[in-house]
Amino acid sequence: MPEGKEKKDRGWTEVHSEECKGCGLCIEACPVCGMHLSDKLNGRGYHFGEYQGHGCTGCGVCFYACPEPGAITVFKN
Amino acid sequence: MYAQTFQRPRSFYGQFDRKPGDHLTTHYCPGCGHGNIHKIVAEAIDDFGAQDRTVFVSPVGCSVFAYYYFDVGNLQVAHGRAPAVATAVKRALPDSLVISYQGDGDLAAIGGNEILHAANRGEDITVIFVNNAIYGMTGGQMAPTSLIGMKTTTTPMGRVVANDGFPVRVAELLSTLEGPTYIERVALYDNKTRAKARKAIRKALQNQIEGRGFSLVEVLSPCPTGWGVTPVDSLKWIEENMLPNFPLGVFKDKSAEREHRTHRRQAIAIQDVPGILGLNGNAGNERSAGILAGGPRTSCPPNVDYRLKIAGFGGQGLLFLGRLLAEAGMRQNLHVSWLPSYGPEMRGGTANCHVNISTTEIGSPLVSAPTVLIAMNKPSLDKFENEVVGGGLIIYDSSLIDHPPARSDVEVIALPATEMADKIGSAKSANMVALGALIGKTNMLDKDALLHVVRSMTKKVALLDLNLRAVESGFEFARANAAEESLWGV
Ligand SMILES: Cc1ncc(C[n+]2csc(CCOP(=O)(O)OP(=O)(O)O)c2C)c(N)n1
Ligand code: SF4
Repeated sequence: MPEGKEKKDRGWTEVHSEECKGCGLCIEACPVCGMHLSDKLNGRGYHFGEYQGHGCTGCGVCFYACPEPGAITVFKN
Repeated sequence: MYAQTFQRPRSFYGQFDRKPGDHLTTHYCPGCGHGNIHKIVAEAIDDFGAQDRTVFVSPVGCSVFAYYYFDVGNLQVAHGRAPAVATAVKRALPDSLVISYQGDGDLAAIGGNEILHAANRGEDITVIFVNNAIYGMTGGQMAPTSLIGMKTTTTPMGRVVANDGFPVRVAELLSTLEGPTYIERVALYDNKTRAKARKAIRKALQNQIEGRGFSLVEVLSPCPTGWGVTPVDSLKWIEENMLPNFPLGVFKDKSAEREHRTHRRQAIAIQDVPGILGLNGNAGNERSAGILAGGPRTSCPPNVDYRLKIAGFGGQGLLFLGRLLAEAGMRQNLHVSWLPSYGPEMRGGTANCHVNISTTEIGSPLVSAPTVLIAMNKPSLDKFENEVVGGGLIIYDSSLIDHPPARSDVEVIALPATEMADKIGSAKSANMVALGALIGKTNMLDKDALLHVVRSMTKKVALLDLNLRAVESGFEFARANAAEESLWGV
């Protein structure tokens, strides 16, 4: 949950890194370039997608671009 | 305040139990379109409040494990047969939301016939057709939808029309039929197309909820592994390679005009069945009582284990004889099986059936070592005589077979069944004479209960009396035969 985050953006995206397979489709999809692949690897050996922390509009396109059931949650302000 | 707006649909299980150590992700490759489609479907099930009445039919293909993910009713079915199973589920449970989820190998290759007829019948089901132009699960073989020139493991030089034909356009093909209500092709290569795919899938499900008939959504879906490209490049691959062959759009939409189809398919009420079969009137009452009544095996031995082979010409009614035995046995609470075996001819060829009737459970319906052989023509006696177990019984139609069996270690009844039946009124009842003789000799089933079954299963009322008399005469023959034997001490 984005509790305690600055609530100035319209949206917020959370990637559950252990559920990510690093396909990069969310990065491709995000219209505000809000996502990138982390330098770190998750437990399954993938560079996971990560929200950069600002700019999200809560549009949800990354949610639909992501093939995993629960890897991405999108919040709206 | 931030609120969750796009999140894991509730129609997925909270945890996936497919493999130890990973309870959260699917088994699909990174970037695979199956996952996106699953999500759209699950979200729609949530939104339509249909989780408790959805039946998801998983195919063979990469999505074979979908039942590990969807927290709904699940079936996993034989390759290509999802539309047939979905048909059955929908007809049995008209209020359910039935989803036939299939790949292009499953739907367009091995299951091409199934989908054609389900669509043509306008079955009230929703088909999600995942077209990734390849067999994903088995390692990238050519599918009917593979593109010209496309390299697959079975077309290493590229798909060639002269050898492999053209890519099959399922949406176009099916939309030429009257039956379907709604057919659309969508794709998953950017945000816009994903939104359209979502809309189409929701419409296809909504149609079924409103009982509007057959809906199919073909989804051009990425298979980065099968295509040998990265997930991001697979999006471009769809656009550049698939789109020219598989144009997107609505190919058929009669959603607005189609009335509720399930209401038209009224099941027949059980009490109407005797009337429909012409079993009304006095005889009918007795007969329909017979349908339900099981007779006790009052006068029969407590334990039986009969393995019968009943053989003769096609048209002699020997499969029917076997069914009567099995039915009578079943109504007397015995374990039974009936296995027919016949050639392509309706008349004149050879036919036989295998029947097991036993106090204990039956392992196989196949009878390879019969305890009883009923042979109603010469070829059958010649063929099966030596299969009979030692101490077994052979009943043969001595009107048609001019020589007795050569075996000396079995009991033999030479039964002039055809002549006896002819005297009673029709040679066609020779099968009933044999049935009577079998019971008269072995006492394996209660005779009165058997006659009940003959009453309820004889379709032509005019033949009933004849059949009953034929059973009686066979029965008497066997009893007299037995009395004579004991008289002479043979
Ligand atoms: C009767 C039968 N024949 C063949 C197979 C082997 N087989 C398994 S999956 C498959 C093809 C699946 O391809 P597709 O339907 O396109 O699904 P995808 O894996 O691409 O999602 C085949 C031929 C089988 N399991 N059963
Ligand atoms: S092989 Fe293709 S269809 Fe199968 S899971 Fe991988 S990407 Fe998906």
